[in-house]
Amino acid sequence: MRNDGRPIPTLEVSAAQQQIHLHTFFILQEVTATSRHYVDRLFDPDPQNVLQGVIDMKNAVIGNNKQKANLIVLGAVPRLLYLLQQSSSSLELRTECAVVLGSLAMGTENNIKSLVDCHIIPALLQGLLCSDLIFIEACLRCLRTVFISPVTPVQLLYTDPTVIPHLMSLLSRSRHTKEYITQIFAHCCKTPEHQTVLFNHSAIQNIAPLLISPSDKVRMQALKCFSVLAYENTQVSMTLVNVLVDGEQLSQVFVRMMQRDKPIEMQLTAAKCLTYMCRAGAIRTDDNCIILKTLPCLVRMCSKERLLEERVEGAETLAYLMEPDVELQRIASFTDHLVSMLADYFKYPSSVSAITDIKRLDHDLKHAHELRQAAFKLYASLGSNDEDIRKKITETENMMDRIVSGLSESSIKVRLAAVRCLHSLSRSVQQLRTSFHDHAVWKPLMKLLQNAPDEVLVMASSTLCNLLLEFSPSKEPILDSGVIELLCSLTQSDSPALRVNGIWALMNMAFQADQKVKVEIVRALGTEQLFRLLSDPDTNVLMKTLGLLRNLLSTRPHIDQIMSSHGKQIMQAVTLILEGEHSIEVKEQTLCILANIADGNTAKELIMTNDDMLQKIKYYMGHSNVKLQLAATFCISNLIWNEEDGSQERQDKLKDMGFVDILHKLTQASDPNLCDRAKTAMQQYLA
Amino acid sequence: MSGPSSGCGFLMSVVVHGDLALNEQEKDLNQRLRRLYPAVNEEETPLPRSWSPKDKFSYIGLSQNNLRVHYKGHGKTPKDAASVRATHPIPAACGVYYFEVKIISKGRDGYVKYMGIGLSAQGVNMNRLPGWDKHSYGYHGDDGHSFCSSGTGQPYGPTFTTGDVIGCCVNLINNTCFYTKNGHSLGIAFTDLPPNLYPTVGLQTPGEVVDANFGQHPFVFDIEDYMREWRTKIQAQIDRFPIGEREGEWQAMIQKMVASYLVHHSYCATAEVFAKSTDQAVHEELASIKNRQKIQKLVLSGRMGEAIETTQQLYPSLLELNPDLLFMLKVRQFIEMVNGTDSEVRCLGGRSPKSQDSYPGSPRLFNSPVHKVEMEVDHFSNGVSESSSNGFLNGSSTHGIDLEECDGDMVDSAQSKRQLCGGSQAAIERMIQFGRELQSMSEHLRRERGKNSANKKMLKDAFSLLAYSDPWISPVGYQLDSIRREPVCSTLNSAILETHNLPKQPPLALAVGQAAQCLSLMARTGSGSCAFASVDDYLH
Repeated sequence: MRNDGRPIPTLEVSAAQQQIHLHTFFILQEVTATSRHYVDRLFDPDPQNVLQGVIDMKNAVIGNNKQKANLIVLGAVPRLLYLLQQSSSSLELRTECAVVLGSLAMGTENNIKSLVDCHIIPALLQGLLCSDLIFIEACLRCLRTVFISPVTPVQLLYTDPTVIPHLMSLLSRSRHTKEYITQIFAHCCKTPEHQTVLFNHSAIQNIAPLLISPSDKVRMQALKCFSVLAYENTQVSMTLVNVLVDGEQLSQVFVRMMQRDKPIEMQLTAAKCLTYMCRAGAIRTDDNCIILKTLPCLVRMCSKERLLEERVEGAETLAYLMEPDVELQRIASFTDHLVSMLADYFKYPSSVSAITDIKRLDHDLKHAHELRQAAFKLYASLGSNDEDIRKKITETENMMDRIVSGLSESSIKVRLAAVRCLHSLSRSVQQLRTSFHDHAVWKPLMKLLQNAPDEVLVMASSTLCNLLLEFSPSKEPILDSGVIELLCSLTQSDSPALRVNGIWALMNMAFQADQKVKVEIVRALGTEQLFRLLSDPDTNVLMKTLGLLRNLLSTRPHIDQIMSSHGKQIMQAVTLILEGEHSIEVKEQTLCILANIADGNTAKELIMTNDDMLQKIKYYMGHSNVKLQLAATFCISNLIWNEEDGSQERQDKLKDMGFVDILHKLTQASDPNLCDRAKTAMQQYLA
Repeated sequence: MSGPSSGCGFLMSVVVHGDLALNEQEKDLNQRLRRLYPAVNEEETPLPRSWSPKDKFSYIGLSQNNLRVHYKGHGKTPKDAASVRATHPIPAACGVYYFEVKIISKGRDGYVKYMGIGLSAQGVNMNRLPGWDKHSYGYHGDDGHSFCSSGTGQPYGPTFTTGDVIGCCVNLINNTCFYTKNGHSLGIAFTDLPPNLYPTVGLQTPGEVVDANFGQHPFVFDIEDYMREWRTKIQAQIDRFPIGEREGEWQAMIQKMVASYLVHHSYCATAEVFAKSTDQAVHEELASIKNRQKIQKLVLSGRMGEAIETTQQLYPSLLELNPDLLFMLKVRQFIEMVNGTDSEVRCLGGRSPKSQDSYPGSPRLFNSPVHKVEMEVDHFSNGVSESSSNGFLNGSSTHGIDLEECDGDMVDSAQSKRQLCGGSQAAIERMIQFGRELQSMSEHLRRERGKNSANKKMLKDAFSLLAYSDPWISPVGYQLDSIRREPVCSTLNSAILETHNLPKQPPLALAVGQAAQCLSLMARTGSGSCAFASVDDYLH
């Protein structure tokens, strides 16, 4: 057995398959015969013959995918790598090996997989330590081709910690090293960790000068590096604003790259860089380079003249840019008819493409989902703050229908974007009252809530919260659809966002609701779960749960009924919260609940008979925070209210406990509300 | 009554100040317009620079050099609407045209702020807002609607009010129009626009005031970036222009053009190599090319006498048959004599200190004969008359002083170069004698062939050189520049080629000229893409 990494190809065909494959077999045999010849020559004892063999192989594989696949099957790769790594090989041979490997990598994704499986990456990275520039360039070219393939795990670039600094040191060696290395970085920077590694090895200082390179390719790859480095990275973005390239600020260099006569890819990537820097807080949203340059550039990318891919990226980047800023949303809403321009995103595949051109149909189909989700995202961002813009969006042709069908699309990305869009529009009271009801958006929304991944659920339940607001005409039909069980189950989720939304929706639902609904909520949720939520680590959940309690405990009959069945637990929970370490808002909300309880007929007694609770109320009446004083005073005021049974006794008891003195003191309070409230309470004693 | 008089004085000072500011603004404006619209020939199609005081409704008032518009009507009903047009329509050769209007005041409260910015053709009723009538287009501030030759608007953009800057861009390539608000493009408003539209604004509310910017100030919107996009588009269209199956012929044709160009200008060595390497035949004998090259070299180095002589030797009948050409060559020879470069004066022209010593006396010596020539020139041109002889007299006396001053110093070579006829007395006399011959030749020509205004002007300009103490810095001094030899050279070259039945212009120059002609024809017929297809862009 020879031990030179050479596999012995076998062709095993089962009897049944034999006949079917007979034809293919002969062709394969024919091809492999010539290919085998190339591989055989790699094993020639004469180095000169080996070199000639590699050169011939190089010429044979250029542009010939079948030949490439054959050579790989026949085991050329391990031998080429062996020759490339051998220090006894001549530099010329090693270089030619790298060139052939680079050619093989240019083939199909399967080729790349085979190469990676043969450990081509460490071998080539090792090759970079050689001092010969031509050889380094050949290795880099092959590495570039391997790394930009989606099948190569980018992590392989970071396995050996010495690789990145070495690549940085090679960067400025030649035009080719610049191009290949920046291209590798641009493709292999996918996570915050990658960004940090590159940043720590001075990627910014090393790559910035390449932005003004005379080579288009180098400029473009350098620009791409900055866009992946700056994405959601404050550290990089803050550093970038202070970088000067040939005496010019980097942001100005990017602005120049967005000029309309520059290649579209360059304009788009430069706009991305500025967008990321802006979102990271390194550039203000009212800076001219954002308002007058980046935003219009991104709107242009959404136009019908651009390629589908560019339109998707343009819309997504624009949505991201203006998400937090209402002024940018306003400007974008009237720039170049953006709102109606986006309507076109839903027209793929167009009916024309189906008939005229199969290739085009295929292309359209591939991008249709991407286009739709990008448009929904951009609409969501546009409408997140301004009522007029929301109106403009809902008035766009078939908009609501598109959202409704988007909610039930098979692509999860589209569903998520559609529900985001719906959520954004649901912040409009007017739309809730009109278009939302007209199109019965609650139906697909409810369906979506039945079975969806968490990120969709968060958006959908948040939208549902708005649809359950008291003035929303959709509230009734939603209630009838058995939503309570669903929301209660959300409150048990592991995700705090889902728990908040679940309880929030219940809170909205309980606001001024019928007794029947309230009872149903309490029943479905169960007191156990209610109290679990009251000790939820997430303050938002706690606040909304208190809000729910407060909404449940409104109007006397409801208060008395709920307190009669759950009074003990509720009082316990209230005590617990008032004694615990909580924010002013939480305590205020709790005291408000107590005040509601004090408003009940029978419920009152739960407080009056609880001296400990009365002491607590007393304590909060003298608290340093006016809001808490106000809520506590409100509670006492309800307890001593004249016109109710037993008011005299209660007044007496509280007087004995010293509440009158406190109320008297509070009538002198500097806060006018508190002062008024105390005076009103005092009047109960006088009457 | 001291009030009015002091008021008058104040007014005058303001006017003077205003003039200075105006000049500055005018300069800015011209510069910006030239940069934005390089393809526009303003002699044919002037650009709009202000509102027209003649082309407006009476309710419109203009101020601030006709850039500010205010409304002075009642503003009660649409019948009170009033518009004003710019002084000129938008020339097609702009390619992309842009102007901005700033809303200074939205007008008195209690009125709906009707206000329209847009375009209209000549003759459209001015008692209306832009957009309401045929061939009229407007964007209105009260509702943000666009009006396309109709009384009903379409939802278009946001509303606008005091402080906003509204821009209007006409694309003369695809005949569309879009507006901008505070530097943001609002998207296409109108398509299929007719040619020759005027910038127009219309107002209908008392107190409304708007200012126009036709290029007086930098624009808020980056119009140059938009132009860049269209320049790129047009140039890509040109680059991608299909040449079809004749690709092989195409290459051969280009090679032929290059070769003929080289031959035409007698770059014989280059032409020979080029022809050989591209496998072409040269349609002229090498010797003939070399002869032409020799003559051209003589002309271009200012040795006109030798050039004429050589031409007469090599092409005996050429100048005999072309007396006008000969005359032109001789006039050039005269100029070169003044220059001190012509062979006839060079051989006389000693540059020794001795010849310089004789200067102080010289002005008087050459004074009278030249004066005589001047007088004779006057004979056949009333236009020149006294002023030129006055200028001559003044000039000559200054000349004398100058020379005396020069004499005091050591004369350096740079100065001696700039002496009349190279500084030699004999040369000056030869020049004067030559001038006389030229004069009589001119008279002879006139008798034989009738009046020729070109010849007359040529001779007058050449003789005018003598009217100045330093002809090089005189208003007619440009004639002495060596670059002026080039047209003479090419005319002579063309004449020689014509006698050999060869084209008097190389096909390459013809093609370039034709392209330039096409572009100006496009400008005249309203094809805006001519703005971004300058021939010069392709010659570098």
